[in-house]
Amino acid sequence: MIYVDNAATTKMSKEVLDSMMPYLTESYGNASSIYSFGQQNRAAIENARETVANLIGAKPSEIFFTGCGSEADNWAIFGAARKNIKKGKHLITSVIEHHAVLHCFQQLEKEGFTVTYIPVDSEGLVNVEDVKNAITPETTLISIMMANNEIGTIQPIKEIAQIAKENNIVFHTDAVQAVGHIPVNVEDLGVNLLSVSAHKFEGPKGVGFLYVKTGTWLSQFMYGGAQERNKRAGTENVAGVVGMATALKIATENLDANMDKCYKLRERFIDGVLSNIKHCRLNGSRTKRLPGNANISFEFIEGESLLLSLDLAGIAASSGSACTSGSLDPSHVLLAIGLPHAIAHGSLRASFSHGNTFEEVDKIVEELIKIVQRLRDMSPLYEDYLKGKK
Amino acid sequence: MYSEKVMDHFSNPRNVGELENANAVGEVGNAKCGDIMKIYMFIEDDIIKDIKFKTFGCGAAVATSSMATELVKGKTINEALELTNKAVVEALDGLPPVKMHCSVLAEEAIRSCLADYYRRQGIDPTPIVGCSCNCEECHAHDHE
Repeated sequence: MIYVDNAATTKMSKEVLDSMMPYLTESYGNASSIYSFGQQNRAAIENARETVANLIGAKPSEIFFTGCGSEADNWAIFGAARKNIKKGKHLITSVIEHHAVLHCFQQLEKEGFTVTYIPVDSEGLVNVEDVKNAITPETTLISIMMANNEIGTIQPIKEIAQIAKENNIVFHTDAVQAVGHIPVNVEDLGVNLLSVSAHKFEGPKGVGFLYVKTGTWLSQFMYGGAQERNKRAGTENVAGVVGMATALKIATENLDANMDKCYKLRERFIDGVLSNIKHCRLNGSRTKRLPGNANISFEFIEGESLLLSLDLAGIAASSGSACTSGSLDPSHVLLAIGLPHAIAHGSLRASFSHGNTFEEVDKIVEELIKIVQRLRDMSPLYEDYLKGKK
Repeated sequence: MYSEKVMDHFSNPRNVGELENANAVGEVGNAKCGDIMKIYMFIEDDIIKDIKFKTFGCGAAVATSSMATELVKGKTINEALELTNKAVVEALDGLPPVKMHCSVLAEEAIRSCLADYYRRQGIDPTPIVGCSCNCEECHAHDHE
C-alpha cells in the first residue's frame, strides 16, 4: 500500500512504541496513588510534560494533557468563552476551521453568543485586517487555526495573536496539523491557547494537549478528580503522554530534514499532476502551505470515485467530496476559497510524510492519469464539455 | 463500506457510454449535489433494446446506474416502470444508509428517460411515468 493520508493519521515509530511499552505492561500503577509504584508513573508523566513544554517554548505548568486534539479545541473554546462571559459574548473565528472548532462555535451561538466568521481569500488565507475590524468591546475570544487540514494553508498566527493581545482578547490556535511539521514556538507566536494531537506526528492515538499560557482565563473541563491541576479530571494515559513526548522529540529533532523531504515529495506530485492531467487546479497557496500537503481538484469527476479507484490501485488518500462525509455538501474549506460545488466535489488530498518516496509519488501520478481518464469517460459533465467545445 | 457487488459494478460498470441511435435520453441530479446520471435508450416495439449510461458521482452512484441499466435492458417499458430503488439496492446486496439516495436517483433516471421517450411521441408522460425528478425531490426520499 502507498499511504499518502498523513494528515488523517500517521504511522507510529518503533521508538515511540518502545517508550510506551513499560506503561502498557509492568508499570501499571495509578499516578495519583501514594505508593512508589504509582509515583514512578507520576514522574514519567511530569517528564513528558517537561519534554513537550520545552519543545514548544512553554513552561511545564502550561501543558494540560487531553484525550485528543478535538478535546483540546473543545476545552479551549468553551472554556474561554464561558469563563470570560461577564466581559462579553462576542467571539471570532474563521470559516475554514476544522469541525472540532467550528461546531463548538455553532453550539455557543445556540447558547446566546455572537460569532463572527472571518472569510478567507482564494488561497485560504485569513486577512489580518479583517480580524482587526471584527473586534468589538464585547469580544473575548479569537480562534484561528495555524494550518488548514485540507488545503494546508498556514495562517499569519503571530500577527493575529498580536492584535488579540493589544485588545486584551484570549487567542486560541488549533495547531493540530502544524506541531511536529513546521516550527511552533508559543512564546514567539504569542498565543494564549494552542491545541495539539499526538497521532498527527507519529505519536499514539487518543492523546493530545492544550497549551494554556499562564494567566489565561479558562474554565475547568472535566470534573471528578485533581488531575491536570484540577482542570481535567481522569486517570492519566501514562503510555499515551510518554509516547507523545517521544514522538514530538523525534519530530522536532528531524524537523528540517522532514520538512525538506515532504516539500520535495509534494512539489514533485503537484508538478506531475498539473503537467500530465488537463482541467485540474491546485487548491490553497503554493508557498504558504504545509510541506507535505497537496490538494488538487479534477474537473468533471467526483472525489469518492477517485478515492475508491485509488484504493483499488493500492493507494490511500483523502478527498473533500460530500460523499466521503455523508452530507450532500462538499468541503466547507473548498467552498470558502470560492470553488464551485461541482469542482469542490472532485478534490483529492494527498498528505505526504518523510517516509514516502519519490517512486511512490511517480506511481500515484501514473495511476491518477488512468483513473481520471476512466472516470471522465463515464462523466456526463465531461461529455457536455467536449460537445460544447466542438 | 460497500458490498462486493457494488465494487464490481463500480470497477466494471455495465452499459457505460453513449448510444448513437438513442431515441430517449434522461438526465437527473445536478453537479451541486455531486450526482448526475444520464441514461440513453433505444426503444423499439415497447422494448428497451439497448441502454447506456454516464454518471458523475460516487461509487454508489456509478454502481446503481450500472445495475439499473442491467435490470431494465431487454425489458418492456411497463416492466421498466416497475423498477424500484429497493430492487436496485437488493440486486447490489445493499448500500450504506447515506448512499440510499443514489438508488433513488437511478430509479428516477430510468423514469426520466422513459418520460423523454413518450414526449418524443407527443404523449404527455406525467400520467404514465409520474414525477420528472430533480435533485431536491430525490434527496427528499433519502434513507427510505
